Amino acid sequence: MNLRDTLILSFSTVASYRTRSLLIVLAMALGVAAVVVLTALGDGARRYVVGQFSSLGTNLVIVLPGRAETSGGFPGAALGQTPRDLTLEDARFIGHLPQVRRLAPLNVGVAELTAGGLLREVTVLGSTSELLPIRHMKLSQGSFLANGSERSAQIVLGSQLAHEFFPDGKVIGQRIRLGDSRFLVSGVLAVQGESMGFNSDEIAIIPIDYAQELFNTSTLFRILVEARSRNDIEPAKAAIHHALKLRHDGEDDVTVITQDAVLVTFDRILRALTLGVAGIAAISLAVAGILVMNVMLVAVAQRTSEIGLLKAIGAPAADIRRLFFAEALWLSLAGGAIGYALGHFGAWMIRLAYPVLPAWPPAWASVAGVATALATGIIASLLPAARAARLDPVLALSGK
Amino acid sequence: MIRLSAITRVFHMGDQEVRALNGITVDIASGEYVSIMGPSGSGKSTLLNVIGLLDRPDSGRYELDGIDVTTLSEPEQAQVRRNKIGFVFQAFHLVPRLTAAENIELPLILEGLAPAERKSRVDAALDAFDLRDRARHRPAELSGGQRQRVAIARATILRPTALLADEPTGNLDHRTGAEVMALLEGLHHAGTSLIVVTHDRELGARAHRHIAMRDGEIVADEK
Ligand SMILES: Nc1ncnc2c1ncn2[C@@H]1O[C@H](COP(=O)(O)OP(=O)(O)OP(=O)(O)O)[C@@H](O)[C@H]1O
Ligand SMILES: [Mg+2]
Repeated sequence: MNLRDTLILSFSTVASYRTRSLLIVLAMALGVAAVVVLTALGDGARRYVVGQFSSLGTNLVIVLPGRAETSGGFPGAALGQTPRDLTLEDARFIGHLPQVRRLAPLNVGVAELTAGGLLREVTVLGSTSELLPIRHMKLSQGSFLANGSERSAQIVLGSQLAHEFFPDGKVIGQRIRLGDSRFLVSGVLAVQGESMGFNSDEIAIIPIDYAQELFNTSTLFRILVEARSRNDIEPAKAAIHHALKLRHDGEDDVTVITQDAVLVTFDRILRALTLGVAGIAAISLAVAGILVMNVMLVAVAQRTSEIGLLKAIGAPAADIRRLFFAEALWLSLAGGAIGYALGHFGAWMIRLAYPVLPAWPPAWASVAGVATALATGIIASLLPAARAARLDPVLALSGK
Repeated sequence: MIRLSAITRVFHMGDQEVRALNGITVDIASGEYVSIMGPSGSGKSTLLNVIGLLDRPDSGRYELDGIDVTTLSEPEQAQVRRNKIGFVFQAFHLVPRLTAAENIELPLILEGLAPAERKSRVDAALDAFDLRDRARHRPAELSGGQRQRVAIARATILRPTALLADEPTGNLDHRTGAEVMALLEGLHHAGTSLIVVTHDRELGARAHRHIAMRDGEIVADEK
């Protein structure tokens, strides 16, 4: 019997046992759909988190004072020195590096904000005009801090703060007090909400030198650097280390974090998670495989005399094995195809219901789901097909 | 030409041993019309199954058209069954899902013939066995006589040299049985060897050679 006839004959057999075939196909389809939908969820979560990180800034390189090393010890500590602080001079120096597009020095502290008879503690960021583009922040009103050279007591308020202190909406140009100093409100940040555990709606931003005055320090909390491109991130990191080592008397006493490193970690964790759920879903496919095997065994038992007849009219064992094998192939093919469609439909529903979650099934998962369905069906049919092929024709004809 | 010598077939039922065939030696020339009779359990079906290569003897030699077929591999035996042997059973053994035409077509599919060739051969068979208007009926929708006609059409579609019928009329009433026998005899006239196992003396008497069996042995062989 040739391949084409084997496929046709087995298809007509599968089609004629309608209910049984539908049940198997359904079980297979649900397994495949589960793989597709769960990986879509997992990968959607991954993209969501990665997207959140990226919103912090593109090609971001963060410079921190001190050497964060878990092994090898603290070179300064051994000599009884404290690590050297980062200064505005350091920042200016880094700013001249060719790999650096722009940078924003950063100081953070807490101060009392008073205006219109209201008083509350707020988180204050000290920085420069470059903070806005580096952190992808947006303004809803007014303008951001003026360019470094012109020294003026400007303050930019988070949207929540602006609303609390000036409920009537007239914010720009208002005078407020921060600690002992007076500031003029120049702008209000657009609503951004919580982003990586830090609510930008409740912060105030002032020029870096005012912040240093306010917190009585000459050092920096960190320096945010934007590399010129993705490919410049690693060279920028090396150049920063090199430059600051020169400035710090040969001590490499800063830590440079690239956002990529954090991203890669999260990416890995969530990929692993996605693989995990895919694996769990694949188990349901294996269960479907057991179902296929069981149904095929029942089919062999039910069709014993038919198998005997086929042998009597001259079908070799190989033909019979291939016939049952092809039946399982059809069932798992249908299950895989329907499951694929069902899974993509499910992922589409999820995207409709939760637009923030980019729940697109990854291509590998769709392929793996369908392939697992096929493989399970084929493996599950091996035993029943072999059993059918081995039947003794005389016994089979008598239905034994 | 069927040539059996010292064929034995032993079944084991627990620790009991049943010698279904106990040293059968017989030659059946091509074109012969033979009946095999004997009491129940005498080994008639077992003999037919050995001749039709459905069963392998435990010892002895079986030559079919000059070839020792007992040493053939499984696919080779299947091929011999397909091309040289036609089986007709008491229980018809039609595939219930398939139509009459599709049942008749099965051996042609196994043989790997092209669809066009298959169709013309099946059409010819449907005409020859007066089944044209039953072509699209499933076995459940056919009478016993029609079912056996489909089975015979299927058994002969590849023009075998030997037609083996095991109580072909056992499930049919007298009149239909006679019609089926007439059909088989017609095929014999066309040149096919015909070996019929039957309990029916009248039917058995119509053969040109009568083999009688008892306890796995041939006790009489008359022309
Ligand atoms: N598969 C088997 N296992 C065990 N014993 C068997 C088997 N097949 C046949 N026999 C035994 O072999 C003997 C011959 O059986 P066989 O079917 O050839 O008889 P028969 O002449 O065709 O009988 P009947 O007229 O009832 O069909 C019987 O005793 C039977 O019980
Ligand atoms: Mg019998």
